[in-house]
Amino acid sequence: MTLTHSSAGSARGRPRGTSRQSRAGMAFVAGYVLLLIAFGVLPTCYAIYFAFTNAGGAFTGFSNFVTTAQDFRFVDSLGHVALYLLFWLLSLVVFVVVLALLLHKLSSGPLSQALRFLYYIPGALAGAASVLVWLFMLDPTVSPVSSLLETLGFHTFGEVIAPGNLALLFTIIAFWTGAGGWIVVMYGALNNIPKDVMEAARIDGANGWQTAWRVQIPMLRKWIVYMVILAFAGGAQLFVEPQLLSLASTGVAGRDYSLNQLTYDFAFQMNNINGAAAVSVELLVVSVSVAGVFVARSGFFDAD
Amino acid sequence: MGSRLLAGSVLTVFVVFFVLPVLWLLLAATKTDQQLVHDNPLSFGSWHALSANWHALTAFQDDAILLWLRNSALYAAISLVITLCLAVPAGYALAMTEFRGRHTLLIATLVVMLMPNATLVVPLFLEINAVHLIGTMWSIILPYSFYPFGVYLTYIYFTTAVPKDLLAAARIDGCSEFGVFRHVALPLATPVIALVGFFSFVANWTNYFLPYVMLPESDQMPIQVGVGSLLSNVPSFNPTVGNLAIQRPQLALATLVAITPVLVVFLFAQRFLVSGMLAGATKE
Repeated sequence: MTLTHSSAGSARGRPRGTSRQSRAGMAFVAGYVLLLIAFGVLPTCYAIYFAFTNAGGAFTGFSNFVTTAQDFRFVDSLGHVALYLLFWLLSLVVFVVVLALLLHKLSSGPLSQALRFLYYIPGALAGAASVLVWLFMLDPTVSPVSSLLETLGFHTFGEVIAPGNLALLFTIIAFWTGAGGWIVVMYGALNNIPKDVMEAARIDGANGWQTAWRVQIPMLRKWIVYMVILAFAGGAQLFVEPQLLSLASTGVAGRDYSLNQLTYDFAFQMNNINGAAAVSVELLVVSVSVAGVFVARSGFFDAD
Repeated sequence: MGSRLLAGSVLTVFVVFFVLPVLWLLLAATKTDQQLVHDNPLSFGSWHALSANWHALTAFQDDAILLWLRNSALYAAISLVITLCLAVPAGYALAMTEFRGRHTLLIATLVVMLMPNATLVVPLFLEINAVHLIGTMWSIILPYSFYPFGVYLTYIYFTTAVPKDLLAAARIDGCSEFGVFRHVALPLATPVIALVGFFSFVANWTNYFLPYVMLPESDQMPIQVGVGSLLSNVPSFNPTVGNLAIQRPQLALATLVAITPVLVVFLFAQRFLVSGMLAGATKE
């Protein structure tokens, strides 16, 4: 038999595995495919269907897109989310990679492990919990860093959460909860770089910076791309932070800060499910296009 | 020497940034609202105040917070089991075997992963409504169980860390395809299973939007939504609250209670998470 051929990549365009392998592969993915269809494909089709029809189910072309885009809140919330994404992705890539490299360089194991644990702790506070913590942190009357806030010129909670500051504040909250997990992942990936590669770099006379820049960061590439793609998708769906802030600020931050809040408002307050679906579809198109660029440029699908 | 100092200070600044709010939160739960405002932010209040806060918190809507915790545990645990049973074999198959539709499935997974979940909430609501599951726990457990992120983590793990030769060797030795997965791949996959399980648990435990829409009744809420609803009963944040008010230290305590299970699971899973993803399988 030719079982050994399965491990060697043969000519493109022909299935490489045996039929036994092919059947097994399909069996292994079957359960996941069911969920993928039920909770990925179907709702996506639903969203597209609703985006192009009206409440009666009649095809309406792009009118839902036009109506929502002309909504007085749309451009603002689009701008909010874009600015937030810029801050969030930049801070994530720079700080996560730097911190993971620094931790990996710490030769003493227990210290590095303790730091990773400390950095990760806020990860447990994702969702509503993190927002609540930061409502306190940003309120000069109770915050442990109230002197810092006052040095920066903030004396009341209302001043801190002025609309112009929100993109930065949401970035801090998201970084605080999200970075630790990624640091752990990057650290694991750094551990996976073969010792002889690192050894070779040292023998060739590379210093710490050169090793990081020329060897470690390129080998982290897949993980960094993965992080950026997911952080983009996650950031684009900003919801709980502004939603809770709107509850806590009695109107300073509105219920329409982010695109998703707008979607929620269209669907459940204004009873315009078709408009909500149109905004969802727009977010989908943007997310997928951005990811597509990253995927194409990084060889993300190269399985070998 | 200078660069060591710089590295040290960067690491330290971030320790303060990550830890200070948590420390503050721990201490805030032991204070009265007066103490919270007037005492040193990093001082301990009293055990008496802590217990008074706990009683005030549980008194809110007759132990609502305990019910919310139970709900969260139930939702997160069931979906975790389903996720692991389906995502790990799928990631393995995508990485290590060739089958028709593999590439399509990879792209579909990525695309769906990028579809902002929260924007899928409205169409999901309609879909779940069509099959009459709104208001049941399945309306969030089943969507939670669908975890493409886990499939991708497993997929990347297998492609980067487990050589195909190892599987080929097992096949030559007469292993069935399921046997190869069960006896060769699965034991090597322990770190990534821990990682997927952990991330999935945290993602489900901390999800807000989906249960916010699917389970609007207070007695079905998971703790996240519950804690969010407590917020609107805190007078300093929402001056219109009536006599059922919750004080800030009680809200801090509720937040602590909400995160404790995740911290416990983290301590438990930590050795898998941080011990390096793999001790090389065939590396010499």
